[in-house]
Amino acid sequence: MMKSKLFDYIEKDNFVYNLSGVTKLICFLLLSFAVMFSFDARVIIVIMVLSFIVLHVSEIKFKQVRLMMYYVLGFLVINFFLTFLFSPRYGVEIYGTEHVIFRITDHYTVTWEQLLYQITKMLKYLSVIPLGMMFIFTTDPSEFAASLNKIGVGYKAAFAVSLTLRYFPDMIRDYNDISLAQQARGLDLSKKEKLGRRLKNMMNIFVPLIFSSLDRVEVVSNAMDLRGFGKKKKRTWYAGKKMTRNDYYSLAFCAFVFLASIAMSVFINHGRFWNPFI
Amino acid sequence: MEPIISFHDFSFQYFSQKDPTLHRIDLEIYPGEKVLIVGPSGCGKSTLAHCINGLIPYAYKGTITGELTVGGQTPDKSSLFERSRLVGTVLQDSDGQFVGLTVGEDIAFSLENDRVAQPEMKETVRQVAAMVDMDQHLSASPFELSGGQKQRTALAGVMVDDVDVLLFDEPLANLDPLTGKTAIDLIDKIHRDFHKTVLIIEHRIEDVLYRHVDRIIVISEGRIVSDSTPDELMSSDILRDLGIREPLYSTALKYAKVPMTADLKPGYIDTLKIDEVRDALIRWHHAQPAHPVEEKGEVLLSVKDLCFQYTKRRKLLQNISFDIHKGEMVSIVGTNGAGKSTLAKLICGFMKQDAGDILLNGESISDWTIKERSLQIGYVMQNPNQMISKPMIYDEVALGLRIRGVSEADIRPKVEKALMICGLYSMRNWPVSALSFGQKKRVTIASMLVMDPQVLILDEPTAGQDYRHYTDIMEFLRGLNHRGVTIIMITHDMHLMLEYTPHAIVLSHGEKIGDDSAVNILTNEEMAEKANLKLTSLYELAMKAGLDDPQSFVQQFIDYEHSNEEGSPS
Repeated sequence: MMKSKLFDYIEKDNFVYNLSGVTKLICFLLLSFAVMFSFDARVIIVIMVLSFIVLHVSEIKFKQVRLMMYYVLGFLVINFFLTFLFSPRYGVEIYGTEHVIFRITDHYTVTWEQLLYQITKMLKYLSVIPLGMMFIFTTDPSEFAASLNKIGVGYKAAFAVSLTLRYFPDMIRDYNDISLAQQARGLDLSKKEKLGRRLKNMMNIFVPLIFSSLDRVEVVSNAMDLRGFGKKKKRTWYAGKKMTRNDYYSLAFCAFVFLASIAMSVFINHGRFWNPFI
Repeated sequence: MEPIISFHDFSFQYFSQKDPTLHRIDLEIYPGEKVLIVGPSGCGKSTLAHCINGLIPYAYKGTITGELTVGGQTPDKSSLFERSRLVGTVLQDSDGQFVGLTVGEDIAFSLENDRVAQPEMKETVRQVAAMVDMDQHLSASPFELSGGQKQRTALAGVMVDDVDVLLFDEPLANLDPLTGKTAIDLIDKIHRDFHKTVLIIEHRIEDVLYRHVDRIIVISEGRIVSDSTPDELMSSDILRDLGIREPLYSTALKYAKVPMTADLKPGYIDTLKIDEVRDALIRWHHAQPAHPVEEKGEVLLSVKDLCFQYTKRRKLLQNISFDIHKGEMVSIVGTNGAGKSTLAKLICGFMKQDAGDILLNGESISDWTIKERSLQIGYVMQNPNQMISKPMIYDEVALGLRIRGVSEADIRPKVEKALMICGLYSMRNWPVSALSFGQKKRVTIASMLVMDPQVLILDEPTAGQDYRHYTDIMEFLRGLNHRGVTIIMITHDMHLMLEYTPHAIVLSHGEKIGDDSAVNILTNEEMAEKANLKLTSLYELAMKAGLDDPQSFVQQFIDYEHSNEEGSPS
């Protein structure tokens, strides 16, 4: 079978799965924002530990996220070296001191400040990514639109997200079919062809794809009109989840972490950076 | 009793059209009636349906004259949303109508829009899903469902509103024959058990008449030309004159010169007074010449022990072997998921088999690329819109040659010849957008013919076409076949199989279960059941009449039709 669903959502019964999609979305946003804002390694480590606990509780299999994990790790390693290559003195600029570990050239000097800065940055990515995975893998796609609507996105826009999830696999299938049919007419889409030529050949797939999708749009919009879409200012959701006590606890907890991290910056660090060098 | 739908001197003209699509329609439909609406493509039956369900004037604008009331309301006063509580529409494209991510969500769609609270909504959805036997699949996604299940979901999705009128737009178009039969049964059950008014728009009359209908309304060129019971309609020549396919058994009775009257009850094969027509049938049966023995050419395409699987558990094709001879016209039939498309894709080289071999003229083509195979084997997709990538007809047909670097001077005669064969020569400088669906189909065929292939594989060549366009396409393909092109068609249209392809290959669950003449397959009960086919009504008629050789009766019917067509000047 071709991949028939965008995410392989598998229903499970645990704390994280049972939270409503709204809760997960808001918590994800709160914690990500806290992590993005703060440059305090202590705060970030706390959130990182937290996010790995969440990942563990949600019983996501390593198999599901393996590929994504490898990409992320590769990205982090490259990022780590490139940061040093392009701005080796950024840490010194931020923290205002210079504690040299060893010298490569005059410009490329490894300092404790730079090391702290780069490790902090890496921790940021490492703490946000498990949260993102948790959100993607434990949220029922059907419920997602309902969640968006509940946090204030208009229901028409929210439903558009749901429709995208519904018809995206169809588009992929159409794309494959069209691509094969065009290749059967001698169109070369492989790397043997020059890039410019290849892009031109791709057009031969997109034109029919667009036209056959437009046919689809008319049917779908009629089908929705005929069943009263847009009749009222609000709508209810079949797949929406009720907020439970756990949802409110989780929200309160994440709000607390978020506020605490802001408070750390404002009252203790007097800025976004934690500076152990002064 | 007050009619639930009433047209009085009603005309409608789309703003984009020069002439009205509906002319002075007078029609009354009463609560609880079951009405079949038939007519050739473009006759206005879809427009009529849009007037009833409210898409006209809500989504399609135009000029309305005369009166239309639905449930006592006139269209300009009641909005589309109010209408949708009265009339539920099941669209032809039940995949497109499936807007939810799961069955449950899709059924609930209308309730969600109505702001029904969730617990009540779940309860209603469960009840309605049970009516159409989908309550076990509430969390299934559309990709896990068959065509019939999607249609039942669509039906449930309009029944949650407790509508009075159910409108079915070509409910059989995307279903295999047996699933179609089940759908007609379900519609009948819902009509009886829930006292709904049912309107069915469909051109496969024979399949709808598998169950009782009260009236058949025939529309032609925007006018109602007949409004009668099935018995009355079958006794007349209206359908044949309009180029609409009547049930095969009814045509057979006319060939046998049976004087048709409503008293014979010819509306349904089950009610037909067979004793009164038996003698005529026997006489005709004995008067027909024997079926000529056909000589087969040499083997052109040979498939040997072909296997294909995605995963270990899902074997899509298992040890498929068959031979196709030069100059044959072959149909490959079977249910959705039986492996028909997979087989075609393997032959074209879109996918590679796990085991087995494919031979063309005795030479293995298993190592050939898609591009190499495409010079010998042309593949025409079901939807021409998915194939056409150039705005002008000439360029579209020339595309394959241009890609291969043939000089423009050499291209021109080839393209012109292909366009000539396809009857498109006079339109060679037209844009593709000016063409009808059937003409676009011919453009896609022409763009294959320029490559001068030995074999043409067509996926559902006549899907969604009415009888006249169907006949046009099929006669054209037969013409190509006479020019020496071997034609393979993937289809679940039994008329097509019976009338145009002497040789049929039947697949079921990835295995070949039949490889015989179409007549033998469609008169074989066991095979029909396995492959979701339906026995032809010709066979049923012959059996009822007690003819000594019902199979040869079916063959005689087809031979008789062909000799008549070839003899006629058109």
